Order: sequence, then C-alpha cells, then structure tokens
Amino acid sequence: MHEQPIRLSVNETPVTDSVEPRMTLADFLRDKCGLTGTHLGCEHGACGACTVLVDGDAVRSCLMFAIQADGLEVTTVEGIASPDGTLSPVQSALRECHGLQCGFCTPGFVTSLTALLRDNPDPTDDEIREGLSGNFCRCTGYQGIVAAAHRAAALGSVTQR
Amino acid sequence: MKPASFDYHRPDTIDDAVTLLAELGDDAKILAGGQSLVPMLAMRLAYFDHLIDISRLAELRGIERRGHELWIGAGTTETTVGADDQVRQAVPLLTRATPFVGHFQIRNRGTLGGSIAHADAAGEYPAAALALDAVMEVLSPRGRREIAAADFFAGLWETTMDSDEVLTGVRFPVRDGRSGFSVQEFSRRHGDFAIAGALVAVQLDGDDRVSRCGIGLLGLGSVPERAAAAEGAVIGKLADELAPQEIGRAAMTDLEDVPTDLQASASYRTEVGATMVARAWNEAINEALAGAAHA
Repeated sequence: MHEQPIRLSVNETPVTDSVEPRMTLADFLRDKCGLTGTHLGCEHGACGACTVLVDGDAVRSCLMFAIQADGLEVTTVEGIASPDGTLSPVQSALRECHGLQCGFCTPGFVTSLTALLRDNPDPTDDEIREGLSGNFCRCTGYQGIVAAAHRAAALGSVTQR
Repeated sequence: MKPASFDYHRPDTIDDAVTLLAELGDDAKILAGGQSLVPMLAMRLAYFDHLIDISRLAELRGIERRGHELWIGAGTTETTVGADDQVRQAVPLLTRATPFVGHFQIRNRGTLGGSIAHADAAGEYPAAALALDAVMEVLSPRGRREIAAADFFAGLWETTMDSDEVLTGVRFPVRDGRSGFSVQEFSRRHGDFAIAGALVAVQLDGDDRVSRCGIGLLGLGSVPERAAAAEGAVIGKLADELAPQEIGRAAMTDLEDVPTDLQASASYRTEVGATMVARAWNEAINEALAGAAHA
C-alpha cells in the first residue's frame, strides 16, 4: 500500500525501487537488496547490530526509514572490504584479535569501528570503549574487540603511509 | 517490532511543514532525527497516519551567536552540537551533556530540537534547557512565538506546544562572568537512560557569592525537573560555606513522582540523584571559583 519510489546508492551501486514508507532501511537492505550482512537484533536502537554508514556516518538502520535514505549513499558491511575481497584494517584486526565469536554483532562493530577510526584515527582505550558502548556483543566479553580497535588503528596508520 | 503503516511527507520548507501539520491534525507527527519516535513506532507505543519529515530542512540547522544568546536550529544534529566550538565557548553545559545523549550512532541522526520536543524525563538536552533558562522558538500557521524552558515541559513526553506548532530553534544564554558547569549521570551502560543524573550551571559574583544557579535533574520524575528549592537555598551564599551533600539532599525535596522500574526503586533513584547533584555542584563551583570554564 502507498509505495513510494526511492533512488539511492548502496555500496556504490545505484538502486531504484519502491517502498512502503514504514519499511526501515535495515529491512530494505536485507529484504529488497539481499544484503543480509546487516543484522537486526532489537529493532529499536539498543543493540547496534544494524549499524550502517549513511553518507559516511554510522547510523542505526532500524531507526531510519528506507524512504529517508532517498538520494543518499549507504554502505553496509558488504561494502567495507575491497572489491577483490581484501579485508579492511578493521576486519583484519577483528579476525586477528579474536574480536568475534558467533559473529551476529560483528557487522555493527565493523561499521561502527570504521566510522570511529575515520574520525579519530588513534583513539585511547576510553574513547574506544565509549565509542563502542552502543554495540552489544554477547560472546567475546569485548576485550578482543577493544584490542582489535587498537590493532586496526595501527594497521590503518600503516596503510595510509 | 515493525511500525504500523503511515503516509510519508517530506515538505521543502518549514512553512509547508507547519501548514501540512495543521491540515492533517492529530493524525500527523513531525519526524526529525527519529531516534526516539521510530522506536516508539516500532514498539507500537505510538501510531500516526502521517509522518512529516523535517530532517532535511537546511533552514532548521545552524548555530549562531545572537547578542547575549546562542541560537541553535532545532534540526541541528547532536553530533554537530557536541563538536561545535561556539557551543563549547558559549554554552559549555551543552557540550558536556552531549556525550551522554545515546551513542555516537544515535547522535549522528538525533537532533537538539527533537530531543527537547520529545521531552523525555531522562533527556539531557531538556534538563540543560531548563537549567540554563533557554527559550524555545515555535512556529505554526498562526505565526511564531517563544516559550520559556520553565513553561515548556508539561508531562510525560508532553510539552506546552499546541498540536499545530513545531519547535524550530532554541536560544541559550551565553555564559557570563565566573561560571561553572557540570553534568553527572549514573547509568548501567554509558549512553543508556540514566538511573538518575544532574546538570549544574552556577555563577559567582566578585565576592564569591552565588549569583545564579540552575540545577536540572534527569530521570527523577515524569518530566525533566529543576531543583528550585535547592537553587533558592544557595543564591547569595558564599561558595565556600555550601556543602555539596546538603545541596544534593535539598534538590530531592521537591520531587513528587520519582519513578520505580526494573532498573531502580524510587528511594534508590533519590539516593543516586542526591549524589549526582552533589558531584555536579562540586565540579561546577570549583570551576567557577577557578574563574574560567574549559569545556
């Protein structure tokens, strides 16, 4: 009912579709774009699993309607690695440091950390913990994730040289 | 956890938005950053036939010095407010409150005006607006009017704005003289709704007497509260003669409907609240005595 057209960029690919206004960006990415890497835990903004980048900024895709992304650029976890499959510094670091176990929350951590390190390339432990306070992980106990954030910062600074 | 159906409107100007809101009446709701409204829709705590999206209106965004006040457009994101140098210098309490507003992913979409218009009793910006005597600018097809923060918060998630009015901007007094500011919160996880919290803005005269004091309270009622009795008790007193713990206790005396929920009982919340006020007072008064604020 009342579908409205939208046109946006998802992982640098133009997407044209029509959506019910009530469809969240998260459901749009998963059900209409087939990008099921964006996970839905709580669907009310608490868990952080659905975090994506909209015009480069990390946002909850469950707290935004797809129609609000009309004309914007969305990057999901599928768009973080290089097109040839080479992992980003954040992804490599999470693997190296045991920053994931079951992996459900990982897409949200990858996108949140990617945005966090872009804005603050060399964060302190406190800044990392505050920055990740909006993402739940029920497996790792977070120590590996915080270590991965430091490792990714180190990898990132090497990459940029 | 899926919102019910609604029609979506994205007018190009704020004038069009208020006209549409007046036409559609109580079946319509303004959508700003959506970081409080969308969860309420998802949980079916709220239902509207129409959402009017104002999140892209450039005319609602911006931060401007206007005489002795700092104007912040209602649509300015919390991320922008928290990072802005003018805010840090002119209204340091807002800068310090911002890291407590949700998480950075929330602040990227959430707006200053959305937070204040939502009027959550645990919201940092509503309590800051109260403590600082901010002025709300609202617009309807009948024109513009101003509402003092003290007259703005009416009840649980309710304000004194009429149903056809939209909050377009907020003006905060620019800090003046020897002043100090502090935000203290206690929550299970950083960024969650605080069990209790306090914001203190204090100003001293040349003799170290308190000339102005605003104490905003979080999570200690159904509306953002201001601790009027405690404020009245400190005005005119010498800074050195005031005991933070007593101010904390005094700040709890006016409270009538401290919530009890899964996180905390009312009596525990009151204990925590008194401690948060004491800590905030201590930090703010020391900053004022030192003579300069550093955000």
